[in-house]
Formats: sequence, structure tokens, C-alpha cells
Amino acid sequence: MLAYILRRCVTMAGTLAVISVLIFAIINLPEGNYLTNQIRELMATGEQGSIAKAQFLLAQYSLDRPLWEQYLVWVGLWPGPDGFSGMLQGNFGYSFELDRQVYDVVAEAMWFTIGLNLVVVLFVYLTALPLGALAAVRANTWIDYLAALIGYIGLATPNFLLALVLMYYGNKAVGLPIGGGMAREFIDQPMSLEKFGSIMLHMVAPVVVIGTAGMAGMMRRLRANLLDELGKPYVTTAAAKGVSPTRAVIKYPLRMALNPFIADIGNLLPQLISGSVLVSVVMSLPTIGPVLLSALRSQDIFLSGFILLFVSALTLVGMLISDILLAVVDPRIRLSGKAGGAR
Amino acid sequence: MTKIDPDRHFIAKDDYDEAADLQALDRADLDAPTWVLIWRRFLRHKLGVVSGVYLLVIYLALPFVDVLSPYHYAERNENHIYAPPQPVRLWSEAYGFGLHTFVTEEKFDVETFQMGSIVDWSQPLKIPLFQSCGSTYHLLGLFETSFRFICPPKGGTLFILGTDRLGRDVHSRIMHGAQLSLTVGLIGVAVSFAIGLVLGGMAGYFGGWIDSLTMRAIEIIRSLPELPIWLALAAAIPANWGPVSVFFLISIILGLLDWPGLARAVRSKFLALREEDYVKAAELMGARPTRIIGAHMMPNFMSHLVASATLSIPAMILGETALSFLGLGLRPPAVSWGLMLNDALDLTVVEIYPWLLMPLVPVIMVVLAFSFLGDGLRDALDPYS
Repeated sequence: MLAYILRRCVTMAGTLAVISVLIFAIINLPEGNYLTNQIRELMATGEQGSIAKAQFLLAQYSLDRPLWEQYLVWVGLWPGPDGFSGMLQGNFGYSFELDRQVYDVVAEAMWFTIGLNLVVVLFVYLTALPLGALAAVRANTWIDYLAALIGYIGLATPNFLLALVLMYYGNKAVGLPIGGGMAREFIDQPMSLEKFGSIMLHMVAPVVVIGTAGMAGMMRRLRANLLDELGKPYVTTAAAKGVSPTRAVIKYPLRMALNPFIADIGNLLPQLISGSVLVSVVMSLPTIGPVLLSALRSQDIFLSGFILLFVSALTLVGMLISDILLAVVDPRIRLSGKAGGAR
Repeated sequence: MTKIDPDRHFIAKDDYDEAADLQALDRADLDAPTWVLIWRRFLRHKLGVVSGVYLLVIYLALPFVDVLSPYHYAERNENHIYAPPQPVRLWSEAYGFGLHTFVTEEKFDVETFQMGSIVDWSQPLKIPLFQSCGSTYHLLGLFETSFRFICPPKGGTLFILGTDRLGRDVHSRIMHGAQLSLTVGLIGVAVSFAIGLVLGGMAGYFGGWIDSLTMRAIEIIRSLPELPIWLALAAAIPANWGPVSVFFLISIILGLLDWPGLARAVRSKFLALREEDYVKAAELMGARPTRIIGAHMMPNFMSHLVASATLSIPAMILGETALSFLGLGLRPPAVSWGLMLNDALDLTVVEIYPWLLMPLVPVIMVVLAFSFLGDGLRDALDPYS
């Protein structure tokens, strides 16, 4: 088991390395960066002092070197102006637009991002499991159709608009707060029960919005799996021997049907994280979504690059967890040491 | 002995054998070409059929959007800014029976600082149908005309779905926006189809290091969060490019991350089919890989691919909507549903001008239709089960 986890970690590190190259290439696709744009702007106004400062920064962050060297310096495999000081050494770069360390910017938003996504995963599981199981047990009844309808709506509505509409009507009907991560008076306050409550209340709408699409897919898969399983002879045998209907569903068929369900977290996570970026922009949640958007727009390459990398790493960790869970649940995978049935 | 009856019907002399008759029917069913069986089974999926017909109709209507909209999509009506949807009636006391609307006027309310609309119910206006009106356009790029199915009445306006912040008719813009919003998915799917087919096919057919390399690539692409990468790629499109090139690039970007699923499916099909005897036979007879793949293996799984491609179009339509909504997708002179929704970015719009959310309706309908069609196709593909 330990060897299996270790091997997965090694492949994950390799994947992350390739992803970092890809991301670096993508953020450098548009010509120039925030500093060069600024220099060009300053040239027009002719402010010599500021130009010198920007050029100093450019050299300080080795942005004047060839691209491959820039990449290696960014990662920390090549000596920059101050020796080795890339991401491997714990220096994530500097956001020129916000005039702050990237680490500080991301650390602020990180907890809310991770927390939000965790709650969404919980929501997806807690709703998809009973709904999917119910839809399978009561196949082709109104419950089944209702579940399918919810699923289709979640699938077909663009996330961000669902967010807008839910935000508006949630506020009108039940008085849910509009946007933001918490009530204004709690910002910069130490964590307390009230603050926690406020955060939870603000999370209701985004969680529902981000979660619906993932829930829909998961529900349909669970329903299909469980339907297959329920048709098998051993279920009939169990019923014939007098096992109560609930037990006859939960004890074996549900457990069998659950396997792909756990494996699916690997698919679910990228989808949720994507969704949370968009929804955060609309609902002005303090996640890294809005920060990423503005960094991309202003070509603040260290910030956008690190956020993209961070989000990808989050996804990879989620997949790793799902594989480990799968190995715990399914002895076949654990013993063969392969993630064969993983995805 | 055959006897001739008075009505000159032929009567067979043996007794009727019900079992044999049934078998013959079954036989005919089994011998029917696969596509007939697939088609028959697909027809049983009512929702899928309806969706298919709906999609066919709207895609065929795409070249004729100008005929279907009462105004030019960029025409501004400065006297009718944020006009709400205008009432259209088939019957009213003032007019009687017939398609008509009423004189409406937009006024700026000095107290609430909002645009208000006043309908004069005593002044009905007949809506002219099948006439020439408004500005001219090029039909199919061939000839200039101003023929429209529905025209604004003389001395009045026809904003069936209201107007936006520049006084442009929302209905006409939705019609026009369909052109880009609906083709984005097709181009994206074509891109992902091409990549998925080539890479998946190569991985499955040749195996070995090509296979493992492709599988690694698939794993990496799949672990990328889609939307942030779309955002980053879309942000890289130079600001001075024209709307058409931006449109094509956006479609390609949407397809660029979508191929892993398809490639995986192709690969597993290839792995299964490679073991078939007929492939071995073709190989032994000296057929080249391209011929074996193209002539013998492809027809076997093409239908599956079409079904899964259909199912991945909705994600692209939604992706375009999301990108344009955030202002990183298509750019303003172009019209698409996502761009129109960009106006609805903030909450005041939902509250005061809810009709600006109208493009949402076609988005949802098209996405649902593609999902149903894809489901129907997928269920129909295994006619022997």
C-alpha cells in the first residue's frame, strides 16, 4: 500500500513538472508582460526614474533573459540574480500589479478556495448519493424523473447565470446574502463562531451553483450502476431470504455501485475547480478566481502562472486522494498495485 | 390440392405455422444492415428524435437568420433604450382578430432614474408579415434584399424580447448570435475529433512507446482545470485581431482540451479490434496500416465516436458563453449569446432589465437538445443487445 502511494506521488511530481512547462508556455504566449507594458507606457510619458525602476525589476526577476532560462529560474533550477531562488526554494515570485509577494496574495485566498471546494465535494456526495440511489430503486417513477430533471437543469444551465439568478432570488425569497465571502464586519476579524456562521451562510448559494453540474453527472452514473447491480440474482436471493428491502439495497448492491463513484472524484475535481473560478468572479467570492482573471488580463505572469500551477496541483492532489480511497475500498486494485480501474 | 375460391385469392394448402412465421420475421430483423437497426432503435427514443429534429431545423435556419429577425442586429434605436418586451397579441378589443402590437413609448423616469415604458392599449398596430423592411442584407452572400418574415409595424416598433442598453432589438440579436454560438461547438468538436482520432488511433494501433506517451499526455491534459486554462489561452489572443480570427481561435481553444476522452475511447476500441481475425487477415494480405484503419476498423467504431462527440458539444457551447461572458471570448462587433449575456453581468440587470437574460433560453434549449440527442444515439448504437 505504501509503495503504491509512493509510486503515485512520483508520477504526480512528474506530471506537475510537465504541467509547469505547459503553463509557463501558455502565460508567455502573449507578447510582453506587465513590466514591459509599463515600461512602454512610461516611455510615452517620459518618466526616467520610473523606467529605471521597472527595468531594474525586469533584471531582478530575470525577465530579460531567454524564455527557457526564465522558466528554469522561475522553477528554481537555474541561478537568478540572487542565486537559486525559484519555486523549489519557496519563492513564488512577485506580483507587479498588486505590488506584493505572490505567496501573500495566494495564501489569503487559498483557504477559502480549498474550503469552498471541499464543501462543494461534500455537497455533491451528500446529495448525489441518496438521490441517485433513490432514482435507481424507484426507477421510472416520479422520483426518478424529478432527479433526472434536476440533473438536466444542472447540466444545461451555464454556471455563472445560475449563480446570478440564485443570488437574486435567494436574497429575495429567503434573505440569503448577496455575494462576498462573509459579512463585511467580519473581514479581518479573528475566527469566531459568528464569523464561521456568516461564512457558511455566504457559501450556500455558491456551493449549490458549483455543485449542481457535478451532482447531475454523478447521480446519473450511480443510478446506472445501481440499476445494473439490482438486476443481479443475488439481490433476488437476499430478498427471498427475507432481508429487509433497505438492507438488501444498502448492504451489497450499493457498495458495489459505489466503486466508480469514488473513482469519479478525479473527474469531478477539475470540473468543480473550473466552476468555482467562474462563479467566484460573478459572486465576488474571495477565492483565487477573480485574482487569476485580473492577473491574466494585465499579464502579471508570476501571479497568473503560480495560480494556474496551484490550481492544477490541487486537482492532482484530489486525484491522488481518489486513487488512494479506491485502493482502500477495492482490494483488487490494492493487491495488483495498479490503478487499473481508477478511471 | 389447390382450390380456386370465388374471390380468386390464393390459399396455401399447408396449415399456417405460427412459429416459422415468427422466425422468418426475426431472421429478417437480424439480417438487416446495422444502420437500419440503429435507426429503428433511435426512433424509439422519442426525446432524442425530437431533439434531433429541433437541432436540424435551427442549424438549417442559420444562414437565414436575417430573414427571421425584424431588425438589423446592430441597429440602434436611441428612443427605445432598455425597452421591455412589447406586447404582441392575436386578439384584442381595440383591434379584433389578427397579429398586432401597440404603440409604445420609452420615457426616462426622473424620480427613479430608470427607463419606463408606456403601452398605449388604444392604438393597435398591425404587424406586417413577409415584407421588405428595414436595412438591406446579403442573403447567403449572394444577393441584396430586405425581405423579412416579420417586420416592425409602420409608425411603431416591434421589440418582441425588448432592447438592450443601446436600444438594439434583443430578438434580432439572439437570432444573429445563434450563428456564432452554434458553430463554435461544431468547430471545437471537429478539432478535438481530429486530434483524438489521430492520437488515440496511433496509440491503439502501434502500441509501445507511442501508446504510453499518448496515455501520459492524456493524463496530463485531463488533470488541467479546463476553465482557467481556457481563460489563459483566450487572454493570449492579440487584442488587434479581427472578430473572425478571434472566433476561430476561440473554437480551436475550446477543442484543444477536449480530446483526451475521445482519444481514450478510440484507443480502447483499437486495442479490442486489433485482435479481430479480419484485421489479422488484412495485415497478412499486406494492407497498409492506413488502409486497415480506414477501411476495416474505422466503420466499426465511428458511430460510437459520433455519439460521444454529440455529447461533448454542449460543454463547448457553455464554454464559449462563459468566456464571452467574462470578456475574454468573442469581441464586441461580433454577436453571440455569451456576449449578449455579458451585459447581464451584474445584479441590477437581473432586477431591472430581466429580459437581457433572454439568450439564456436558447442556450439551455440547445444544450439540452444535444444531451438528449447524444443519449439517444448512444443507446441506439448497440442494436444487438
